[in-house]
Amino acid sequence: MRNGPSWFNVTSLVLGFSFLYLPIVLLVVFSFNESRLVTVWGGFSTKWYGELFRNTQLLDAAKVTLEVAFLSASCATVLGTMAALVLNRSGRFPGRSMFSGMIFAPLVMPEVILGLSLLLLFVAIDQSRGFWTIMIAHTTFAMCYVAVVVQSRLVGFDRSIEEAAEDLGSPPLKTFFLITLPLIFPAVVAGWMLAFTLSLDDLVIASFTTGPGATTLPMKIYSQVRLGVTPEINAVCTILVGLVTVGVIAASITTKRREQQRQRDERAAIAQG
Amino acid sequence: MSQSQSKPRRSLGSWALIAVPYLWLLVFFLAPFLIVFKISLSEVAVAIPPYLPAFDLAEGWAGLVDSVSQFSFDNYLWLTEDDLYWKSYLSSVVIATISTFIALLVGYPIAYGMSRAPKAWRATLLMLIILPFWTSFLIRVYAWIGILKNEGLLNQFLLWLGVIDQPLVILNTNIAVYIGIVYSYLPFLVLPLYATLEKLDETLLEAAEDLGCPSWQAFWKITFPLSLPGVVAGCFLVFIPAVGEFVIPDLLGGSNTLMIGKTLWVEFFANRDWPVSSAVAVLLLLLLVVPIVLFQNHQQKLQERQS
Repeated sequence: MRNGPSWFNVTSLVLGFSFLYLPIVLLVVFSFNESRLVTVWGGFSTKWYGELFRNTQLLDAAKVTLEVAFLSASCATVLGTMAALVLNRSGRFPGRSMFSGMIFAPLVMPEVILGLSLLLLFVAIDQSRGFWTIMIAHTTFAMCYVAVVVQSRLVGFDRSIEEAAEDLGSPPLKTFFLITLPLIFPAVVAGWMLAFTLSLDDLVIASFTTGPGATTLPMKIYSQVRLGVTPEINAVCTILVGLVTVGVIAASITTKRREQQRQRDERAAIAQG
Repeated sequence: MSQSQSKPRRSLGSWALIAVPYLWLLVFFLAPFLIVFKISLSEVAVAIPPYLPAFDLAEGWAGLVDSVSQFSFDNYLWLTEDDLYWKSYLSSVVIATISTFIALLVGYPIAYGMSRAPKAWRATLLMLIILPFWTSFLIRVYAWIGILKNEGLLNQFLLWLGVIDQPLVILNTNIAVYIGIVYSYLPFLVLPLYATLEKLDETLLEAAEDLGCPSWQAFWKITFPLSLPGVVAGCFLVFIPAVGEFVIPDLLGGSNTLMIGKTLWVEFFANRDWPVSSAVAVLLLLLLVVPIVLFQNHQQKLQERQS
């Protein structure tokens, strides 16, 4: 017999979510601080944001980061979706267990090991390091996350529609693009977003695989944080948090709408049947 | 794993589908590991790259056999002789264990509260748990520096309350590292725990209540044992990444906070000793194999029980 949420549950939720959100809220609040001292409130000001847009080094780093994130997320989505199809559809083939091992291992591997090992590979093949090496490194670990996300969607997939298309003479590639892909699309988009944010966030792997001229935003933030807390960093972080929040909320609303639309369409189709 | 085996012969296209991601992972995931292993057996040198190759594929099979006999395990011996390394290993495991335990104490009430919340709220609460996971890890760790500093917000608040009359030293100690790990990995613990708690059969609790069992006793006798699969999965998901963590001990910990990820980083970037950092990486991997295999087994058993 439950009569509404108990005081214990409410307290634990309030405390728990304050713990999760208070540090971020404080960070955002103090980015609008007039004072250079981050922890003493000196009045409201947006001057640190102005300063930010005059800091060309930081803007360059932001540009590199976005480019790396966009390219690596896109490659990772293609490779990860292929890997998910292999895991889910290909049945047995020689080396299958090694394949699934290689998909799941990067999810639990410490970043320092992934970064170090990729750097040593690039050195061994005499590849000069920079933008492209970070891109390859991010693609490699992000594709595994994409594979897991897409695969979870494929598990609950009704294959009879695909089989119907194939019986009607549709070649496999066409079936994939006209039937399979639209049905798993929400998972593919979610995978892309995950890959994009993973790349946007990554400090450790980028630090190992970078070269001269390719500094990403996390690397820039990290080197400044080591020197101390500054309002500019708070301002950069606030912008990033804002972008991600808007992105995630927008994505979840769109998926929900599309899902509802699909259900409505299905019901309408059945009613007309 | 019961895929239809209706098509005995694979088309060229489906082989290509397998080959592309497979080759990518072989080249950029497996090969790098073999190289790490190889370099961990080489000797350090003042050169670019700063090590003497242990073997050269260009010399062919004879060269390979010859160089295997010259493999030096000096780096591994060095790791056992200098107590910095085994102390870092031990301390990583201890810090990860303590943090996992605290995360469980903090995360259980949250997951429990979520699973008992009205149905209409649950999706929003779930979203609120996942949202911090999307915001940058580095930013979330950075946010704690301003709070935990000697003149930081927490100390200001406590001084203002009058609870303390001298600022607490938290930043640059292990306590800050525990806070950082718990904070960063809490969603990993709450999510699987919530999933098991939500599926819990509530009629069991009602039956216990009808038979006169007080609710706290019902919790320990029914809810907690039934939520154990979620507890175990969540703890692994916190413990495994925490062991190899670099950013949190580096930014929040002090100079005497030893963690193996940080040691590897310093060895590589500051001391430029690639062979020793490779050896550290190989041993870190061996250290993690046990919990990872245990976790996989646990997940597999869980799936079997469900199906």
